[in-house]
Amino acid sequence: MQVQCKIRRYNPTQDKKPYFSVYEVRMEPTDRVLDLLNEIKWKLDGTLTYRRSCAHGVCGSDAMRINGRNRLACKVLVRDIGQKMTIEPMMGFAVLRDLVVDMEPFFEKYKAVKPYLVNDDPAPVTERLQTPEERAAYDDTTKCILCAACTTACPPFWSNPDFVGPAALVNAHRFIFDSRDKAGAERADVISGREGVWRCRTVFNCTDACPRGIQVTNVMEEVKRKLLYDRA
Amino acid sequence: MYHRFDAIVVGAGGAGLMAAMQLARTPGIRTAVISKLYPTRSHTGAAQGGIGAALGNLEEDYPEWHTFDTVKGGDYLVDQDAADIMCHEAVESVYELEHYGLPFSRTPEGKIDQRRFGGHTRNFGEAPVRRSCFAADRTGHMILQTLYQQCIKREVEFYSEFQLLDLIISEGVCCGLVVLNIKDGEIHIFHAKAILFATGGFGRAWKITSNALSNTGDGVAIAFRRGIPLEDMELYQFHPTGVYKLGILLTEGARGEGGILRNNDGERFTERYAPTLLDLAPRDMVSRFIYQEVKEGRGINGSDFVHLDLTHLGADVVENKLPDLADFVRVYLGVDPVRELIPIQPTAHYAMGGIPTDVDGRVLMDESNTVLPGFYAAGECACVSVHGANRLGTNSLVDIVVFGRRAGKHMAAYVQEAPFTELPRTPDDEARQQVSALLSRERGESAPEIRETLQEEMMDKVSVVRSEQTLQSARKTVHELQARFAQVAIQDRQTWYNSELLETLEVGYLLDLSESIIAGALARQESRGGHYREDYPERDDTNFLRHSFVYNTPDGLRIAHKPVNISKFEPKERKY
Repeated sequence: MQVQCKIRRYNPTQDKKPYFSVYEVRMEPTDRVLDLLNEIKWKLDGTLTYRRSCAHGVCGSDAMRINGRNRLACKVLVRDIGQKMTIEPMMGFAVLRDLVVDMEPFFEKYKAVKPYLVNDDPAPVTERLQTPEERAAYDDTTKCILCAACTTACPPFWSNPDFVGPAALVNAHRFIFDSRDKAGAERADVISGREGVWRCRTVFNCTDACPRGIQVTNVMEEVKRKLLYDRA
Repeated sequence: MYHRFDAIVVGAGGAGLMAAMQLARTPGIRTAVISKLYPTRSHTGAAQGGIGAALGNLEEDYPEWHTFDTVKGGDYLVDQDAADIMCHEAVESVYELEHYGLPFSRTPEGKIDQRRFGGHTRNFGEAPVRRSCFAADRTGHMILQTLYQQCIKREVEFYSEFQLLDLIISEGVCCGLVVLNIKDGEIHIFHAKAILFATGGFGRAWKITSNALSNTGDGVAIAFRRGIPLEDMELYQFHPTGVYKLGILLTEGARGEGGILRNNDGERFTERYAPTLLDLAPRDMVSRFIYQEVKEGRGINGSDFVHLDLTHLGADVVENKLPDLADFVRVYLGVDPVRELIPIQPTAHYAMGGIPTDVDGRVLMDESNTVLPGFYAAGECACVSVHGANRLGTNSLVDIVVFGRRAGKHMAAYVQEAPFTELPRTPDDEARQQVSALLSRERGESAPEIRETLQEEMMDKVSVVRSEQTLQSARKTVHELQARFAQVAIQDRQTWYNSELLETLEVGYLLDLSESIIAGALARQESRGGHYREDYPERDDTNFLRHSFVYNTPDGLRIAHKPVNISKFEPKERKY
């Protein structure tokens, strides 16, 4: 099928402001949008710049705005978008070039929630035990691939770039609900603070954007309830 | 810009991060991790099915059995002393990962859950055994995330989106790296006492592959260009169940849970080839079974694929034990695996060969085991060799964890004793010339065209089945492509985030590695594991029970040999 693809371009070292390039390409309906970007880069315009790696939705490199919605370019097919397509970088982080945004602030937010298991008790010789039910309590949030699709779809984050954002909170949830973790209080200090989970206004954009199907908004509600009940 | 660290790890997948963790746990050592991607983008994250370790959580199992399976699975080209270390240390390494927080799936008693996987057996080949420790079907993802999390906790210093350009060896010691900051195009020199390459594989040399676009063998090719020989490059694994046409991996765990391969007649054809292990025979064999079925006209509708059947497993198993697989199949094929058959074909998956190392990750400069001081390699880029001629499923994760850990520990001890070796006066000259030539050439050959021809040629002539004729023809093509590559030109002249420049460098790496693969495949005139020669269909222990070393010399490639360590199990015919 013939596709007309408009891509937002910007090189801050060169361009005064962003502009759009328009490309006409023939694709199979079952091709990924990433295949379309590769087709443009490899055959038409080598200067088009975007991140990509695994090409099947597990590495989280190629989150971008496709017809206004955050998607992984490798996890959405051309036929699902249609013959007219507009591709833009994720919103809320500085554009480095074309579809590539500065991920450093994103990873700083992630690091702020202490996204690692804390348990200073002497480890047993074998595994720490955890029942399937305890394991299930945080299963959904172990799926996160840190693509930033949720955070950059979040209106409270757009209006306040200091908000830690849904991705960091998903990863906080992953440890808060892990029965092996002992850092509950320290982590609660971060996420109940000014720029923490209470900035969430349950818009559900994050849930819609997540390419891993994580129930992001629901996860943040679980975090809020946990903070309240622990205080009470 | 100049940087100085005690230890540097190149590559932030499982092997690199496991090594970084060992270094970070040793006080006083300054460590940096350099990666062309953000760490969590590494391809370890795509591994699905599990990590093999004889924990015996569900049934009797011993590391000794795991060693035997690894040796037999590798068609006896495995160095048995190394495999024995790997299979024993797999157990404590898996517990270490669990202590780091890895969310393994659990048994009802709360232990790490384990499932069956191809080629893993009880009591030296009697029957399949539950050995693969898993976290649903995203075990690699969880290993990568967990190690990155722990590296954050330990405040490991990362240089993300920095592309390796060159390795600095001075006075016979490895002492630094030349690296490009992708963002602004600046060239950096990293000076170090010890350097680990954990740079991954090179599946992108083939058209149909499970590998990421980034898996272009940069580290292996750079070491090769700097005079390090490569071991067993002809031994490359094709995974039997790639998504038809796309190559995306569908985990062997699907067959571990009871999935069945069927031909056009609906027949479970593995019954004819491997009556004991059936669909769970090792990957090299199952890929050849599929090749044979297709060749004899039993591919689906006469085409070049067969079916993976999960329809009898029920929605519960598919959705809960194989959720990612179900998602891939629905998204990319529009097929519901609970009710429909999945079209699959073999996909280029894993390099058994690579940079030769000893069991502590130290890189070997020749077939007499001479160590190159300061240089280490671990993971898929390395060849210890624990996979021999065919890697068993789950053993890639075992390899990265065990040997990443061992290399990290050895480096930690080494850098406390070793001095810094002085760098040559202008170690970045060659790399700078290479980059500026690409940025300045006005017109010339197209790198994407060269890559596409290479990938098609490797798929047609250097994949599941090979022969003198196909290999000679592929060799000629690769030489032509290398000549064209010398005149390659790019459109993007910016130094700022120039991804076309990187992709072009990667094509050069793939070409050099393909040449070494073909040279090894021509020299190995037998069939063993993943290397099947139509013109030499039998295994030949008399002449070829040995590792091959390919050297990059000014006069072209040279092949040498090294004996296999056979300390535990005598080679036997490989039947399942």
